[in-house]
Amino acid sequence: MSSWVPNLVPMAVLLPLLGAALTLSFRRSPALQRTISVGVLATVVVVAAVLIQQTDAHGPQVLWLGDWPEPLGISLVADRLSSLMLLVSAVVSLLVLIFAIGQGQADDEEDTPMSIFHPTYLVLMAGVSNAFLAGDLFNLFVGFEILLFSSYVLLTLGGTGPRIHAGTTYVVVSLVSSSLFLIAIAAAYAATGTVNLAQLALRIEGLPAGVALAVQLALLTTFAIKAAVFPMSSWLPDSYPTAPAPVTAVFAGLLTKVGVYAIIRTQTLLFPESPLTGLLMWAALLTMIVGILGAVSQTGLKRMLSFTLVSHIGYMIFGVSLATEHGIAGAIFYVTHHITIQTALFLITGLVERLGGTTSLDRLGGLAAASPVLAILFFTSAMNLSGIPPLSGFLAKIGLLHAGLEVGTPMSWVLVVAGIVTSLLTLYALTKVWSQAFWRSAPREAAGEEVDGAGSEEFETTSVPVGHGAAARTDSQGEALATGPRDHYTDPPRRGSTATAQAARPLPRAMLWATAAMTAVGILITLVAGPLFAYTQRAAGDLIRRDPYITTVLPPEVRR
Amino acid sequence: MTALIEPTIHPNVTLIVVVAALIAAGTVLVLDRSLVRILLGLLMVGNGVSILYMVVAGAAGRPPFVGSADPNEMSDPLPQAMVLTAIVISLATIGFLMALAYRLWQVAGTDDVPDDAEDARILDLALANETSSTYDPNVTPTTTADESARETTP
Repeated sequence: MSSWVPNLVPMAVLLPLLGAALTLSFRRSPALQRTISVGVLATVVVVAAVLIQQTDAHGPQVLWLGDWPEPLGISLVADRLSSLMLLVSAVVSLLVLIFAIGQGQADDEEDTPMSIFHPTYLVLMAGVSNAFLAGDLFNLFVGFEILLFSSYVLLTLGGTGPRIHAGTTYVVVSLVSSSLFLIAIAAAYAATGTVNLAQLALRIEGLPAGVALAVQLALLTTFAIKAAVFPMSSWLPDSYPTAPAPVTAVFAGLLTKVGVYAIIRTQTLLFPESPLTGLLMWAALLTMIVGILGAVSQTGLKRMLSFTLVSHIGYMIFGVSLATEHGIAGAIFYVTHHITIQTALFLITGLVERLGGTTSLDRLGGLAAASPVLAILFFTSAMNLSGIPPLSGFLAKIGLLHAGLEVGTPMSWVLVVAGIVTSLLTLYALTKVWSQAFWRSAPREAAGEEVDGAGSEEFETTSVPVGHGAAARTDSQGEALATGPRDHYTDPPRRGSTATAQAARPLPRAMLWATAAMTAVGILITLVAGPLFAYTQRAAGDLIRRDPYITTVLPPEVRR
Repeated sequence: MTALIEPTIHPNVTLIVVVAALIAAGTVLVLDRSLVRILLGLLMVGNGVSILYMVVAGAAGRPPFVGSADPNEMSDPLPQAMVLTAIVISLATIGFLMALAYRLWQVAGTDDVPDDAEDARILDLALANETSSTYDPNVTPTTTADESARETTP
């Protein structure tokens, strides 16, 4: 093993933190801030790519920080699973950053102050990377806290009424789960005398079954709250939708997946013979079904996507609960697929809100004519999420269903059926969005209210030429969208004074390109599905065997 | 290092009672509707958890400085390091929550946590139906969810 690679591991945490400090210092110079943020995240992408290549070729990379003797210090570990997570999260965060920059340049700073956004966003990425790389429970906790803290700020950015309200729920739930995490760590430490994951893995085996179960349950509950597993999922649809579009996108893509990652890591490494697989299966089943039923009943696009997010977390838990190599591999592949696709869909929602002035399906319409590019992006992503062949959503679900059939217990059959039903209901919900928001012409009543006595006849006569015009002009993409029929999609006034409805605005080019790139990454996963599946298979093999992780982290003399 | 794995902990009952009391009282407060009470509750839970780490650290011993005493007589320094981190984090948390509560009071005139959007939707349906058991003309759901479905239920 070459010696420089382990030194690369902490870069994924250090670079964003450094970038955060720099962007905070240069908050008066937006151009410099943008350069630093993009530069830092692009570097992290490269670092993660190198780490993937190295860990795949040479096994896990470990760095003991501060060069303390082995079991004393804090270790950062990059194995196949964490490297893959790191790469996906870096790519996603880079694209979302470009989207956010596009939005920041197009809007005034009132709603979403970009000077605060940059440092906070980079700290968020440092927290996510730290959680993925943490080699001990307490460092995992610190990683979670870093990302949670920046997420509090990002969620309440601008301090408007709805965001503060949404933020309260989120902050309180997160704090409760953090307290629970601390209690779990205390229990683990009291029982074993260590918080190092590799050492815990060895020592938990020797614990009385009851103690081990208590530690496992506490950890599982903590991570289930973060990952929004039913019944701990109801905070999510209430807190995500009100944030600025890029923030919702990156939260939906990454934050819940950090919870899923922590579940995969602890379940495989610490509790290989888990007595809780049955419980996890029920959790997976209920998460899928309850989540998707919630999604079907929504009429707001953002809330609906939040519910599909909850529902699809169920798939990943399903994979984990099978506790077989194929199950874990399927779960890892699903995480990869879902991070990209859920982020893409929320970015698209941001564009829909801009173009249509609302995300309520009852008042949207005619978007396919207004922006064919956006329609194509939505259609591809929606089909991808619902698992239509040959896209990666289909492959990910096939992988999981196959693993479920392989196990062959009655409960796994139930889960397979539930997985198929969930997939169909996702398709139903997203098709509803497609036909209401994109395919049909703009709803008459909403516009009728809007033009305020001018009557719907006038709308009818004006809408046709405008629609045609927009369709004809779209050859030059982004610019054409700027002239879309925005007047007719503006929001009618809502009840209460806190409504955040904004008038429709044109789609800036950077936002559109970032969204297109995000969707393209989803398709890219389809194209490289073969090698990626092989990679997740190897990663899952490592996790099931536990061997490379423990032996690399701990030298033989402290391996107890 | 071997001492760490051996069962050296003889739990201090007083500390455990304090931990239980703090966490129980904190839990009650967290379940309240007012954000300031939730804040106080989280503060108590946080302090309870910090003291829990004192239980975990085992019996008190000599200060853990290298060379100042026999290592077997020293306190376990790791829980102290962890609890210090946790205290710093909870300090920042409380600061943020206080700012949040203040801002909530500014924008809403109350520091009550608002209704869940789904709850508000159900309540809206109930309000629209005079025969419903929850019908009460004086109640209006409080939610500011961006796209609660209520605007579509006539």
